[in-house]
Amino acid sequence: MIAETGLIALWLAAALALLQFALGAIGLRAQRDEYFSAIRPVAVAQGLFVSLSFLLLIWLFLRSDMSVRLVVMNSASVKPLLYKFAGTWGNHEGSMLLWVTVMGLAGAFIALFERSLQTRTLVATLAAQAFISLGFYAFLLVSSNPFERMFPVPADGQGLNPLLQDPGLAFHPPTLYFGYVGLSVAFSFAVGAMITRDVGASFAKAMRPWVLGAWIFLTLGITAGSYWAYYELGWGGWWFWDPVENASLMPWLAATALLHSVTVLATRDSLRAWTLMLAVVAFSMSMIGTFLVRSGILTSVHAFAVDPERGSFILALLAIYIGGAMALFALRVGTVKEGKRFELVSREGALVANNLLLSVILALVFIGTLYPLLVEAVTGDKLSVGPPYFNLATGPLALILVSVMAAGPLLRWRRDNPKALLNRISIPILLTAAALFALALFTTGMSILSLLGLGLAAGVAVASFAPLWKRNLRRTPLHTYGMVIAHFGIAVALTGMACESSFTEEKLVAAMPGDEIAVNQWKLKFEAIEPMAGPNWTALEGRMTAQYGDGAIHEITPQNRMFAAAQTQTSEAALLTRWNGQLYVVLGDGDSEGRWQVRVWWKPFVPLIWFGGILVALGGFLAMIGRLRRGYKQRKQREYAEAML
Amino acid sequence: MKAKHQRLTLVLLAVVALVGAGLLAAYALQDQASYFYTPSDIADKKPQAGTAIRLGGMVEKGSIQRSADGVTVQFIVQDAKAQQKVTYTGITPDLFVEGSGVVADGRLDANGLFVAETLLAKHDENYIPRELEGIDMTSGKNKTETLVQ
Repeated sequence: MIAETGLIALWLAAALALLQFALGAIGLRAQRDEYFSAIRPVAVAQGLFVSLSFLLLIWLFLRSDMSVRLVVMNSASVKPLLYKFAGTWGNHEGSMLLWVTVMGLAGAFIALFERSLQTRTLVATLAAQAFISLGFYAFLLVSSNPFERMFPVPADGQGLNPLLQDPGLAFHPPTLYFGYVGLSVAFSFAVGAMITRDVGASFAKAMRPWVLGAWIFLTLGITAGSYWAYYELGWGGWWFWDPVENASLMPWLAATALLHSVTVLATRDSLRAWTLMLAVVAFSMSMIGTFLVRSGILTSVHAFAVDPERGSFILALLAIYIGGAMALFALRVGTVKEGKRFELVSREGALVANNLLLSVILALVFIGTLYPLLVEAVTGDKLSVGPPYFNLATGPLALILVSVMAAGPLLRWRRDNPKALLNRISIPILLTAAALFALALFTTGMSILSLLGLGLAAGVAVASFAPLWKRNLRRTPLHTYGMVIAHFGIAVALTGMACESSFTEEKLVAAMPGDEIAVNQWKLKFEAIEPMAGPNWTALEGRMTAQYGDGAIHEITPQNRMFAAAQTQTSEAALLTRWNGQLYVVLGDGDSEGRWQVRVWWKPFVPLIWFGGILVALGGFLAMIGRLRRGYKQRKQREYAEAML
Repeated sequence: MKAKHQRLTLVLLAVVALVGAGLLAAYALQDQASYFYTPSDIADKKPQAGTAIRLGGMVEKGSIQRSADGVTVQFIVQDAKAQQKVTYTGITPDLFVEGSGVVADGRLDANGLFVAETLLAKHDENYIPRELEGIDMTSGKNKTETLVQ
């Protein structure tokens, strides 16, 4: 009965979404307040019912109910509990239900707590949100019912793809989905504001936390995904320009641009039309990302759900939402009033440059990702666009973007004096030059891009703290600290990337137990090979010890795992993290002479890549808390002042 | 600057930036559009030695040879019409087996041997590298049957 209850809850939630949309649409047309007051509780109820449906699906997975097709296809009774739980969304139907659940909860949250928007805009936003949800409800109920039963009931399930059986990946998809859904809320706000023609600072302030939240989750999701690929695939690389990676990078680029432009709109009431456009683009990118990953139109090392029919459904949704929003934008953009003006050399100017560069990078990634699909559709030729294209096209622009990032926060709003700016930024520029000079002098064989990357990273690291210079640190608002930390995080990540690509040392040998392998200052001793057994896998484990110079001896144990249920092998790389880098060991196949393939990398400062990503997200988080607290205080003060009148 | 002019400047800047992106992409793609090759493509029109390309096809049965050093493998990638000799130094992916699809990133050396830097084999039983879909790998056999287990 649990599955049926879940399905009923899903139908009810869909019906409530329809009601929510209708109330909004009719209410806005008829200008009737009673419709407006009804829409909030409906949104809350929709959120509750869809959450109930999702919780019941989790419950089905946890108790391994093998009469439900989805559980059979994606779970097994012997699986560890964590992966039964995570298996709920490690598949197409479950992840779509997760998506619509997060959307429903977001709608309920807006309905309960949003106080700064005009009522009409809020109603239009909730109606737009419900309209988007409706498409996903239809998708779930018509073509991918997660609660479908299976007869006859099989003895056990087929298990989860072993590559997904990893704590990092268990929580990676929801993280990205929170990001995607946050962008859908921003999109709904933009649609709401376009419908009621209420585009201004207060609208931007209401939208900003959602953009910020989405951006934090996307940042974390991309960082986690990159680290997962790095240690799970055993290739030692951290970014492959794989279409599925690009599918998450594109919304992030759009969200980063949107985050900066919405700040201009909220602070200075400029860039109105541009911000609306970016909100539409950002959501489009998250839909396109979902489409690419879930449609089966491409397979990649990360793509797991493959089904062209569902792809057509998502494509249809994509066409309706994006086409509709673009049409609305085209109709209304003329009536959006002019924002405040600014000079080219100003904070706004730098942020416009940031936005343009991000847009161009986004366009380049977009073209590179979709070009093979387009060519195949037109000519039938198969081709792939690989890292050489993406590195060549985006690398230099990314470095320019980083330089703008260093200078931007040092500029004044509205207008600034170029000479004064040059004065303020002279120290970072000198430092960059010095770093470049030192690197060129003391290192050999660095690529130009890495060299510039490291030099710039040094400059940006200093420049990112410049906004705190000569300020009262205790009275500096939290969101300024957020910006400082996020920008510093970019410098940290850039350092890691440049070091990884320039200073990595590797050794690949066929070794017997007893052999020693030396890489950089590391001595790796191969002690033995031993069989191991896990909950649903068996493995061969290499017992090794590693020693840096004359330092302490560390155990390091790479594995080769066999998953019986899926008949799949995975190699589990072993990582040893030190303050100055990471030792990365992979165990390969054995041969008839008793030798085993062992690959060892010493990657100096590589953890900085992901540590930087976490700092960026942390910066976003601080900014969010700072903004929300300030907004709350201002509202309280206003209420107090009104009460005194 | 008047308001209208400023708006126009920004729009123009955006247009210039995006057109620039398109041109840059077109330029970079020109080099990379032929990034993916099958053995037949290489036989028809050999890419320049040293250019990064991606080779896709089927590992010929009985062609995998391990070298004495224990870490280098040589094998033949074939499709219906042609064969390409490949060498790879490294740990082969878990599902790299004879008679199965493979995609290799690397470059041709001066002697026409393909030196692979990365091998992508099937990651699980459902995975087919996109480029290999529908390519006839072995003459006479049903291609879907040989590709999807």
